[in-house]
Amino acid sequence: MDVRFINAFLEGTINVLKTMAFIEPKPGKPYLKKDGLAKGDVSGIIGLTGMATGSMALSFSEKSILKIVSNMLGEDIKEINGDITDAVGEITNMVSGVARKNLESLGLNILGAIPTVVSGKSHSVSHVMGGPSIIIPFETEDGPFVVDICMSMVKKK
Amino acid sequence: MEIDKNMEILVVDDFATMRKVIKNLLKQAGYKNITEAEDGVAALTVLKSQKINFIISDWNMPNMNGLELLKAVRADNELSGLPFLMVTAEGLKENIVQAVKAGVSNYIIKPFTAEVLSEKIEKTVKSL
Repeated sequence: MDVRFINAFLEGTINVLKTMAFIEPKPGKPYLKKDGLAKGDVSGIIGLTGMATGSMALSFSEKSILKIVSNMLGEDIKEINGDITDAVGEITNMVSGVARKNLESLGLNILGAIPTVVSGKSHSVSHVMGGPSIIIPFETEDGPFVVDICMSMVKKK
Repeated sequence: MEIDKNMEILVVDDFATMRKVIKNLLKQAGYKNITEAEDGVAALTVLKSQKINFIISDWNMPNMNGLELLKAVRADNELSGLPFLMVTAEGLKENIVQAVKAGVSNYIIKPFTAEVLSEKIEKTVKSL
């Protein structure tokens, strides 16, 4: 996968969580996704089209997302509820927006769809495109989350 | 020009959580009077029924999006002069050009801090 995609989403994720939730997540080494890995409790997924197509998912562990959304709203949230799923959709949208702006400055115009949110203990996300996906693992003081990217350049006809 | 922190601000966003986030940021910045609407249609109902001094609206919304709301506001004799701050996750040039052409007063790209939001509001009010 083009390293520019990885950098754009990595930077977007850190930027959004730092600005909106006052949390600075620590990225780990990106790796190729294999079955049984990269599970989360709440995920935001967004489709991407344009000069490159694919999808991006943010999968949060319960503890990490409770802390992130509690910080965003300035109130203590103790369980996965509507506020959490709502916020995950918005975080996904923002990360995609920042990443796409970064990619636009590199000459890659990409559009984002409306994000979808799924929740359920320890689920894994499958991308419809079926190509290889790259996982960027992140650690926060309250637990891990991952950014899962499956993207490829559109071949010129 | 002194910014009136008591002015009535309308926050329009289909995500209830994002409205809460913006409300929190506005309160941090000292603004006290905030009304919410979940989309452009609901926003127009509020604008017709109560005094609003400043609109902060998301771009992507169902029913009536931020751009359509902006056009409706600018086309209405009673509302056309209202300052309109567009909030968007789309920092794409094409969208910004579209919003400027439609008469947006200013725009702010998500994510943003209370300081940045406050600066944008002040800049917008001072430019009127």
